[in-house]
Amino acid sequence: MLISNIETIPGREVQEILGLVSGSTVRAKHIGRDIMAGLKNIVGGELQGYTELLQEARDEATERMKKEAQALGADAVVNVRFSTSSVAQGAAELFAYGTAVRLA
Amino acid sequence: MSQLLCISILFALGYIVGGGRNRAHLRHLDKREAELRGFVATTGLTVPKHGSFSDPTLVSGGVVISVDYFKRFIAAFHSIIGGRVKTYEDLMSRGRREAIIRMKHAAASQGADAIINVRIETTRMANGRGDKQTAGIEVLAYGTAVRTA
Repeated sequence: MLISNIETIPGREVQEILGLVSGSTVRAKHIGRDIMAGLKNIVGGELQGYTELLQEARDEATERMKKEAQALGADAVVNVRFSTSSVAQGAAELFAYGTAVRLA
Repeated sequence: MSQLLCISILFALGYIVGGGRNRAHLRHLDKREAELRGFVATTGLTVPKHGSFSDPTLVSGGVVISVDYFKRFIAAFHSIIGGRVKTYEDLMSRGRREAIIRMKHAAASQGADAIINVRIETTRMANGRGDKQTAGIEVLAYGTAVRTA
C-alpha cells in the first residue's frame, strides 16, 4: 500500500478513485506520563512522553486508514491529511484521511 | 508564606534550568539544521532540476514541547498588556524547527533524497488541571519522501 500526500503516485497512473478513506483514534495519556509532563512543564522543553504517545496514535490512525483502503481493493492512498484535536482534558484525537485509488 | 516560597522556587527553576535548556536546544537545532541544509524539502510538488520522482512514502516528524514556568508567567503578563508574546513565538519556532528536522531524518533514513508537498500542523495540548494552562504544543510536519532521478 503506497501512501502519499500529493495527488498522484509519482511514476504511476491513477486508474480509478475508490473513495474517501479515514482512520482515527482517541488516546488518553496515562497518569504516570501526566505527572512527568507536569514536572517537565516547570522547566519547559520537549515532553517526550507525549511526543511518543502521539506518534504511536498517529501510526495507528494511518494503519486503520490503510485497512479501510485495502477493504476497497485500493493500491494506494493519495492526498493524505492529518489532523489532531484535543477532545477532552487529557485526551487527543488523531485523524488521518485520504483518497483510496487503484493504480494502472 | 510557604506558597510564596514554592512559587519563587518554581520561578527560579524555570528561569535558570528552563533558560539553559532553551539555549541548549537552540544550539542543537542550529547544528542539525546545518547538517541537513542540502536535503530538499518543499511545500510544492516539483523540485527544480529534478525531473522524475520514484518510491513515494509518507514521512512525518512530530514533537510536543512546552515553555517553562517563568516564561509562562511572562506570557500571562503579556496577555494583560497585549502585544507580541515573544516567549510563545520562540516556543512555536523551536517546535517547528524540531519537527522539520525529524521529518527530514525520517526521509533520509529511508534512502529518500527530497520531501515534497510538506505540510506543518500545530495543535495545543490541553492540560489535565484546567484549560487556562497549556501542557504544550504539538507540531507535526509531514510530506511525501521521494527519490529523485
